Amino acid sequence: MNLGQAIIEALESLNSNKLRSSLTILGIVIGVGAVIAMLAVGNGAQNTITGSISGIGSNLLFVMSGNSNQELTNIEPLTMDDANAMLDQFQAPSVEDVAPVVNGEVTVTSGSESTATFVYGVTTSYESVRNYHVTEGSFITEDQVLGKASVVLLGPDVAKALFDRTEGLVGETVRIEGQPFKVIGVLESKGGSAFVSQDDVVIVPITTSQARLTRRSNDRIDLIFVQSISADALSQASEEIAQILRTRHRTKVGEDDFTILSQQDFVETAKTITNVMTIFLGGIAGISLLVGGIGIMNIMLVSVTERTREIGLRKALGARKKDIMIQFLTESSLLSLFGGVIGIGLGWLISFIVGRIALSSGTPLNPVVGLDAILLATIFSTAVGLFFGLYPANRAANLEPVEALRYE
Amino acid sequence: MENDLIPVIQTHDLRKIYKIGEVEVHALAGVSITINRGEVVAIMGPSGSGKSTLMNLLGCLDRPTSGRYILDGEEVSELDDDQLAGIRNRKVGFVFQSFNLLSRSTALANVELPMRYAGVSKERVQRAAAALKSVGLADRMNHKPTELSGGQQQRVAIARALVNHPAILMADEPTGNLDSKSGKEIMDLLLSLNKESGTTLIIVTHDPTIAAQTQRIIHLKDGLVEEDIK
Repeated sequence: MNLGQAIIEALESLNSNKLRSSLTILGIVIGVGAVIAMLAVGNGAQNTITGSISGIGSNLLFVMSGNSNQELTNIEPLTMDDANAMLDQFQAPSVEDVAPVVNGEVTVTSGSESTATFVYGVTTSYESVRNYHVTEGSFITEDQVLGKASVVLLGPDVAKALFDRTEGLVGETVRIEGQPFKVIGVLESKGGSAFVSQDDVVIVPITTSQARLTRRSNDRIDLIFVQSISADALSQASEEIAQILRTRHRTKVGEDDFTILSQQDFVETAKTITNVMTIFLGGIAGISLLVGGIGIMNIMLVSVTERTREIGLRKALGARKKDIMIQFLTESSLLSLFGGVIGIGLGWLISFIVGRIALSSGTPLNPVVGLDAILLATIFSTAVGLFFGLYPANRAANLEPVEALRYE
Repeated sequence: MENDLIPVIQTHDLRKIYKIGEVEVHALAGVSITINRGEVVAIMGPSGSGKSTLMNLLGCLDRPTSGRYILDGEEVSELDDDQLAGIRNRKVGFVFQSFNLLSRSTALANVELPMRYAGVSKERVQRAAAALKSVGLADRMNHKPTELSGGQQQRVAIARALVNHPAILMADEPTGNLDSKSGKEIMDLLLSLNKESGTTLIIVTHDPTIAAQTQRIIHLKDGLVEEDIK
């Protein structure tokens, strides 16, 4: 018997028991659908998170004080001079620009409205390094940095919280920690992010922040963003600024009192986290696929018992073990294959709905049903059918013809 | 006919012992028979006489505990399951009391089934149609068994049994589920097919009127041949 005939016969047999077949298929549909949806949501989450990390800017290095890998006693903080030293064309040819930052948590008020947010004290280079744009007004100027001006740029979330709008705000006055600041612009939205809040910020000149908000002495700064001249030069730039800092801080070899992270590091970390999440969710969904498979086995066993006489007859007519095996395996595989195909559709639908719900709640999560997930689900569900069909099919194939024919 | 002298079935001291718990049941206690090509033989005997066991062994559905069985020139008593399946497919046609047709399939598809297992694909439909025509069901080919009368169903079963041109046709109470009129028709059909094609016909029955229509009656009792009347 060839495969084509086996498939036609299996279809006839499945068709003769429509309700039973469809209920069995349903088990696989739910399993595959869940796997597909979970993988899609996981992929979508990963894209969103890595996307928002990329949105911080391009070709960035993050330089921080301290080193989590070592226990150091006297850590020298990063200073403005450290940042300026990195701009040295000869010692750091791979560095394009440097943006030192002082940050802190503050309360911003306007009239009766008040919001807790992050304040970033920055220099003029922050605009290009972090790829910020203003929707109105203008970014902080060199004069304002030098003059410790009481001016502020509002992130769109802060603007909404205080004024319920993001337009026509230039010239307004807000109070940060009780001190008046003049609004000179509103930042363009960078979209939501799981890790770094990019819209819920206010930006002031670094000197103003040092003097009046975070009150740091000695030109201490918290973080330096370093932009390399190209993506390829990122590791080169990292090595160059590490060398500069080692010299300036007089650290021993292997005892760096600073940490340099690249954007890639963050992306990798985020990917690791979302991968674990995806595997976890997919694993739970996989359990339902397993249960579906057991459903197939159950129904195939019933079917073998029911058709004992038929099997006996087929054997009497010359069917070999292999023929009977193929007949029942074809049926179980077709059951799970159908389940798989419909399940892919269901998973797609679920992902789509999840995407819509996420969108309406303001989280740009776009689930992606990948070809790999579809392939995986199809192969896996057919394998489930084969595996769980094996035992019933084997039982059918090994029936004694005499016994089977006598069965009532 | 020259056929008379060619043995198609030869058994030598065929024994079958079933173990039920601690008790050994000698269903066949040494049967030696020879059946020649073209013969029409009835196997009779009360229940428990071993006639079903003998039929299962002659039809290659089961293996003897001991003894030899040569079917159409092939020693079959020591073949494995799949080899026996091949022998059944090529050399034995079965007709059962309860027809045993696949209810989901048409008459034509039922008759095609043995050829599928034989690996015939090209002329399968034509051969199946011809077999149905020879049993007088040319106009019922695409009917399902549920749409056919008992006599018609048994005709389909006979067409199925003969479609691979077997050496022997085993019929187990072929008229047992039929009324007397269609029972007679089936018997007439079996006998005329035997005359036309010379297929050896073995009928297992306890109905004396059926046995009376055959050329030879083998009576079994307690697993032994009691009488062999030609």
